[in-house]
Amino acid sequence: MGDSTTINCVKHIETYVDSSSSKSPAEQDASLDAIAKLVMNDMITLESLVREMGMYLTTTDNIIRARGILLLAELLTRISSKPLENATIHSLIGFFAERLSDWRALRGALVGCLALMRRKGDISSSDATAVAQSFMQNLQVQSLGQHDRKLCFELLECLIDCYPNTVMTMEDDFVYVICEAIDGEKDPQCLLLTFHLVEMLSHLYPDSSNSLTSYAEDLFNILGSYFPIHFTHPKGEDDVKREELSRALMLAFASTPLFEPFSIPLLLEKLSSSLPSSKVESLKYLSYCTLKYGPHRMLQHLESLWSSLKEAIFTSDQSNSNKIASEALVLLQNLIQQDNGVFVNLILKDADINLTLNSLSNYNNHDDSPMPDQQRLNSIGQILHVSSAASMASCNAIFQSFFSGLVNGLEKDYASEKPKFGCLYICVELLAACRILVMKNDEVSYNENETWCIMLHSFCDSLISSFVKSIKESNEDSYTQSGVRGLKILASFPGSFSPVSKSTFENILREFISIIILKFNNTSLWSSILDSLTEIGSFIEKSQDSEKMPSFDAIIVDKMVDLLSSDDSTMPFSLKVKSVSEIGLINLKYMMKIVQELNKTIITSLHKSWIDGDSKSVEHAMILLECYDDKILPWFQNIKDSDDVATNFALKIWDEIEDNTLFYDTLVEKKLLETTMNTMKHAVATCSEENQTKILEKSFKVNESNLVNKVSQPRNKWIISLFNSVIIALHPKTNIKNPKKTLETLIESLTNGHTSSAHALGSFFNKIPSNEAIIDNTFSHLIKFSNVNAIIGLSWMGKGLLMRGHEKVKDLIKFFLDFLILNSPQDQEMVDLMRSVADSFGIMMSDSEFCLNKRLNSVIKPLYKQRLFSIVMPILSSSIVKLDSPVTRSMQHRALAHVISNAPLSAVLGEAKKLIPLMLDGLTILSEDVENRDILYNLLLVLSGILTNKNGEEVIVENAYIIIRCINKLVAYPHMMLVRETAVQCLTAMSEVSYARVYPFRPEVLQALSRALDDPKRSVRQEAVRCRQAWASVSSRSLHI
Amino acid sequence: MAPALINANPVVYEKKERPVRSRPGDGNFDEYATELIDQLEIFDHIRDIKDPEHPYSLEELKVITEDAIEVDDKRSYVRVTFTPTVEHCSMATVIGLCLRVKLMRSLPSRFKVAPGTHATEDAVNKQLNDKERVAAALENPNLVDMVDECLTPSYE
Repeated sequence: MGDSTTINCVKHIETYVDSSSSKSPAEQDASLDAIAKLVMNDMITLESLVREMGMYLTTTDNIIRARGILLLAELLTRISSKPLENATIHSLIGFFAERLSDWRALRGALVGCLALMRRKGDISSSDATAVAQSFMQNLQVQSLGQHDRKLCFELLECLIDCYPNTVMTMEDDFVYVICEAIDGEKDPQCLLLTFHLVEMLSHLYPDSSNSLTSYAEDLFNILGSYFPIHFTHPKGEDDVKREELSRALMLAFASTPLFEPFSIPLLLEKLSSSLPSSKVESLKYLSYCTLKYGPHRMLQHLESLWSSLKEAIFTSDQSNSNKIASEALVLLQNLIQQDNGVFVNLILKDADINLTLNSLSNYNNHDDSPMPDQQRLNSIGQILHVSSAASMASCNAIFQSFFSGLVNGLEKDYASEKPKFGCLYICVELLAACRILVMKNDEVSYNENETWCIMLHSFCDSLISSFVKSIKESNEDSYTQSGVRGLKILASFPGSFSPVSKSTFENILREFISIIILKFNNTSLWSSILDSLTEIGSFIEKSQDSEKMPSFDAIIVDKMVDLLSSDDSTMPFSLKVKSVSEIGLINLKYMMKIVQELNKTIITSLHKSWIDGDSKSVEHAMILLECYDDKILPWFQNIKDSDDVATNFALKIWDEIEDNTLFYDTLVEKKLLETTMNTMKHAVATCSEENQTKILEKSFKVNESNLVNKVSQPRNKWIISLFNSVIIALHPKTNIKNPKKTLETLIESLTNGHTSSAHALGSFFNKIPSNEAIIDNTFSHLIKFSNVNAIIGLSWMGKGLLMRGHEKVKDLIKFFLDFLILNSPQDQEMVDLMRSVADSFGIMMSDSEFCLNKRLNSVIKPLYKQRLFSIVMPILSSSIVKLDSPVTRSMQHRALAHVISNAPLSAVLGEAKKLIPLMLDGLTILSEDVENRDILYNLLLVLSGILTNKNGEEVIVENAYIIIRCINKLVAYPHMMLVRETAVQCLTAMSEVSYARVYPFRPEVLQALSRALDDPKRSVRQEAVRCRQAWASVSSRSLHI
Repeated sequence: MAPALINANPVVYEKKERPVRSRPGDGNFDEYATELIDQLEIFDHIRDIKDPEHPYSLEELKVITEDAIEVDDKRSYVRVTFTPTVEHCSMATVIGLCLRVKLMRSLPSRFKVAPGTHATEDAVNKQLNDKERVAAALENPNLVDMVDECLTPSYE
């Protein structure tokens, strides 16, 4: 070892050991790291280091000795990956084990022992024994501090984990030490270790072990006092979650069957507590322990378990989703699955259950029976359901005891016409349980000759007739729902278990479809039947049931398809469409069938509405198109290679328009056109590029022929609008064969006043790769018109380019800004033009649902709004200051307000210092014109966002007075309640700004508020009361009233 | 020792649900229509005032009810009749003062607030309707503290 290394090393040692305050903990850590590095790199051997440290390890100065030992211990922790010689380890471990007796330097000794003991292979068993012995002789764990206790527990854990043989030889003593160490522990982190220790200990010793048997009661007494885990100081929960602790305790409880005589009585006692959380915990523990202790040990507790369980389920509150009941049912299931027969017998022989079942015939109507009875019925239904679904044997037993009685009860009393509700309910619960049982075990082949199966077969017919009766003859929801559920379950049993024959199955379906067609007035029944049908259909589809599939096709699907085209007008058309589309969602085959029919119906109703404007056809067409848009197109998006449907739909519509020349024009038609455009956009958007090209060509053709011989104005409108819709929805990669012609068409229709053409223009420039010349041409072409339509077109074009991140957008923005800055309007026309230029910033900044969004395949660069914000802001803000023409000023503020209110708040906050005066100026100017009220409101919202944001505080304080003066005026803004309300809220926020700054303005604010207290709108008054209270408490207690 | 409570064990009633009023965007919202100040609005102002003795609101103790409020917005007139939990309640003046202060803080200045009945009605009303006495009472820091404590909103 070189001298320099030694000196260096000694310096580090001194730094670490130095206990005076001159060295910061960080420095000491760094020197420790440095030493560790030296040792790791073999610059210095461990032996020579120990020799170097000699004095520090043995000195009589307690503090220095503690630091020295800790240094060595921490060092060993850090070099845990470095192999050491056996002799070194032996002498080190001897040293640390002996030091455990030195309570003044205990921390280091514990850390050192732990570091060495964790080197599993390197420690001889005699060394391990030495550590264990020293630990047992010297340490009183509970008298130590929290961190030391934790280290002790870790050391014990390490002993059990790595040196089981050593621990085994010490049996009694070791268990005793653990009992002593964990008794009375309160720290959550240490408790977690403690619980784990007990669990490990129990796994280590065999169940027959003497020491564990004799200590089991003591150990459990210590553990049991922690149950149920409950934090008196909720803060402690931060480190260790309650659930985590509770789980660790549960594992400890269940770790050995030896705990059973103590734990089960304790848990049962806690289960009877009135605290809901303790009930839930007990049930959870019981479920887990039942599995671990085994049926033999649980046998003696079964009776008391059953009575507690029953109590818990019966008394639990059914109304909200109940944790007690659900945990209890899990326990019930575990108990039944574990032992064969004993527990089920308890249920079968239970007096309460039998009494209730026998008195079921007293419930004529569900709603008439008193609440406790209803609850009792629900509870018994749940118990029987879970018990039957638990195993084949329990299912058989329950069917044997109860089922025939229940079915007889169903049909006993024909005089009252309706089946008894209680019997109906329990029967359906049992059926559901059977189905779960069969579905759960589909890999194990069960015998179809199980008792329950045979019984179900024999009673099936009378069950079905009772269910049907309950649907038909009752108006109570609970009745009909049970009936529907029963039929649905019977119809969807898997193949070999199915109790219903093909013809019965068909009868059920016929029953259902007749209700769909005839009983649409009963909404809840109708929709539950529709749901059941889709469930049955999906089940058949999933299980590929070749027997039932044809029946379902013929009875349900074909009938549904017929519904659409039938003229029968008793059933509302919207319900027809709803039921048809729901059935279509089952599988592709049905969907294709239905789509075909839908297309046909759409075309017919479009036809009718075009020709004579028949309002019923218009309504039908709109319902159909909306269904297409909401359900069918999204469904097909999840299916590969299926864009043919959307393509066909789009082409079909174009075909029809091409063939039709007569168009009726009414107000309702306008809505129809909008719906058609929407559906067209979304249909085209889902198509592949090639198909889009096909549709585009077709629409182009129709459009061109229309331009040649303009037949009628309304038809022209349809063609142009739908053509625009196609353009709006294109993919960026779709090939447009004649972009120039397309562009010309768009511009022409734009200048004729079609707004959708502006959207299409924006989408065109957003997606279609176009050279700068085309952009420039379009730009200069549009500028020449200098009318409002052209400006709108330019705005959307700008939005398209901006979103795409195209450089040319700067030209457009420059044009807009120049227009606003250089013009001072002379006449109304110019004012209108300037307003639409100002509004163009709103168009560019805001999100649109008509076009240029994700669903319509737009190219969107992130942060495009910030980009526009940072381009426009400096120019506008410097120009506004110089202005004196009021109209121009107002227009610039309008543009500025658009940009600010649509920009992300974080961007605005960054510039708040410059923006606040401008915004206030803008608020004042915008409030002069009623037309500006929405923009004013948006701008005010941004201001309130700044006021309530922490980062804005400095600017607010600086401008407090002008802000308050401006808002004070808005409190009386006559044209919009929301503006007044928000203004009052802003004032409330201002009251939180530094007291010294806002106090002087208090009289002014209170004066403004006294007017707001008399506002015509209630919500403003209420805000004003709150605000007044806030300002009143800004100062002394008394308010001058 | 703290003085004994006047009513140590009052009956506590459930709070009434707050109804939803129409907001902009509801379809038939009229920007310029005037919404008159009604019973419920007055009640909203005072329902959360805490009883001087208990951590319950006056609404929960049924000291005030919606029906016991008379209001006429056009004539700028409000009358709140309150029923203390026990007869001859010496806290009646404090409750009345709280009501009065809260309403003065919450209503437009054109309103005249008239508190209503109770067993020692005349005496209480005399105190509460005397403007100078109210003003004087509010000069008393202890009383103001008590009033402010009662008025601290509990729903925010």
